[in-house]
Amino acid sequence: MMTMTGEQLAWKIRRHGVEMTHLSCGSHIGAIMSVADIMGVLYAEILNVDSNNPEWEDRDRFILGKGHAGAAVYAALAERGFFDVEELKTHYQNGSRLSGHVSHHLPGVDFSTGSLGHGLPAGVGMAYAAKKDGKKHKVYVVLGDGECDEGSVWEAALFANHFRLNNLVAIIDHNHMQSMDFQENTLEIEDFGMKWKAFGWNVIEIDGNNCDELRSAFKQADEYAADDNHKPTVIIANTVKGCGVSFMQNDILWHYRFPHDGWEYDQAVTELHKIKPEGVEDIYTPNGIENPEFPMENDDVGNDHTLTYTWNTTYPEKMRRVEAKSGTGEKEHRI
Amino acid sequence: MRDTFVKTLVELAKGNKNIELVTGDLGFGVLKPYWEQLPDQFTNAGIAEQNMTSMAAGMALEGKVVFTYSIGNFPTLRCLEQIRNDCAYHHANVKIVCVGGGFVYGALGMSHQATEDIAVLRALPDVVVMAPGDLVEAIDCTKALVDYEGTAYLRLGRGGEKRIHDKIDNFKIGKAIKVKDGKKVVLFSTGAIFEEVEKAYDILVEKGYEPAVYTFPTIKPLDVELIQKCSKDFDLIVSCEEHNIVGGFGSAVAEVMAEMRDKKAYLIRVGINDEYGSIVGNQKYLREQYGIAADSIVEKIEKEIEIDG
Repeated sequence: MMTMTGEQLAWKIRRHGVEMTHLSCGSHIGAIMSVADIMGVLYAEILNVDSNNPEWEDRDRFILGKGHAGAAVYAALAERGFFDVEELKTHYQNGSRLSGHVSHHLPGVDFSTGSLGHGLPAGVGMAYAAKKDGKKHKVYVVLGDGECDEGSVWEAALFANHFRLNNLVAIIDHNHMQSMDFQENTLEIEDFGMKWKAFGWNVIEIDGNNCDELRSAFKQADEYAADDNHKPTVIIANTVKGCGVSFMQNDILWHYRFPHDGWEYDQAVTELHKIKPEGVEDIYTPNGIENPEFPMENDDVGNDHTLTYTWNTTYPEKMRRVEAKSGTGEKEHRI
Repeated sequence: MRDTFVKTLVELAKGNKNIELVTGDLGFGVLKPYWEQLPDQFTNAGIAEQNMTSMAAGMALEGKVVFTYSIGNFPTLRCLEQIRNDCAYHHANVKIVCVGGGFVYGALGMSHQATEDIAVLRALPDVVVMAPGDLVEAIDCTKALVDYEGTAYLRLGRGGEKRIHDKIDNFKIGKAIKVKDGKKVVLFSTGAIFEEVEKAYDILVEKGYEPAVYTFPTIKPLDVELIQKCSKDFDLIVSCEEHNIVGGFGSAVAEVMAEMRDKKAYLIRVGINDEYGSIVGNQKYLREQYGIAADSIVEKIEKEIEIDG
């Protein structure tokens, strides 16, 4: 185990995420921020892995189904000693090992992803093989909520229940947004927990940006695993897309946009410094940013960029819609 | 051929507990000997080929030798990206088995006809593509694939195929097999169309020709050396496959020949002429309708020889 807490690692993942997307002009910072606490708790406190022996047979397996948040895995692995933290700066660069989407050509990565709906089925195969062989390790798969649009996720859900894969834990980064809009405005998913329940899984619903709730959830998952019914467990981690940087929160713009030079980068870093846990170093801007720039009146902050905000369809059914104030951590609500 | 495959796999799996057979809810009756004798090395993944294929990759990465099994296009086209990203890219030890290459399930309709699979699978890096031509090749392909570590595609016929070879010496992935020596014309065959090629050979011999015949149980990696040699030794190469003319075995042969500086031979490709099988009928009937049966092969060759004078 590492000496960092989940909170500390989560903060580092966010700080690395901002830097990596800033340097690379890379995408998906919103998703990196929403999943940061999940990854922080997993890699700091839950996963039994060994950076000196990445292919150790009895390690817990980990797959990031939502491979577009690859920067979060890379940051966690580097902080846990699988490779040098300096290498994070090569993200997206020519000749780098750190592709935008997760690649297994890197120590500590058990499975490459990037196309959605592959991670859970692959994790199911790993868990199934482990069970057949009487192995005791666990398989953890983090999925996106938008990823659950993919039918293959539900194929895997059926299989995992049928074969009683109690050595499998799925965690859904339920940030309520996908590529172009809120999930609920794209393909209605609620009642999400009931869907998994109906597929036979143990379901735990929590605030996924709260490390204490994550810890309890993983503990609960262990208890479920020991149950006689041997069901797999899903943790629906309710998160906020862009969590940790106010102007990114609930703003779909930040699914693809990266923090540019100027106020975007400055404010992101400045806000992160305000919530920096004790005992954490920022290797990029140790003392924060001196005289940071902040957005001007005409800058694109707090605006609704979702598809359905401007989609004036004449489709003969009333199109239901949720929203949450762009640039805030507000929970979505129906309108 | 599928029974021969299953029988062979049962024998191999008895000696290797890491061999796993996963079916997409097909093979009723056919797979029974397997699941009865090797219940702990068998899984029915349900009618869910995407999960089956990614899951197979996951199992393979944990040390299993996984055969996924289904019919027609279900184990390939339905889950192509899973083969690409999860199996091949990870060099996972997954063997994708299709029963019903070509017009095997003729009367069931185009949904069940695998007529573009070779082209599609051949385009994926790090995937071995095999199509045995008779029961003897089916046994050897299965054995070779268990020993091969990596992702592979095995395209089988169904039932009723014959033993054409007596036995095969030194069977190797990537090597063509000489069936007949000959002059001027050489027939290249892959997969179960071999029985039509065999008939075509007999007709040609009766008519006084002396064609050579090779089978190619492996389409990828291709036996480039042999194709190059034949391109120098013969006047006409005829590729035969129960598959679309685009991108398949004949195209693979053409790719080799097109890049040769010195060659004598030119190529004609016998295959389905870039269309879907919309006609209803059994395999034999459809082969005739789509111009890939023995008579059509002979006719095409004679036409070329006539032109040549």
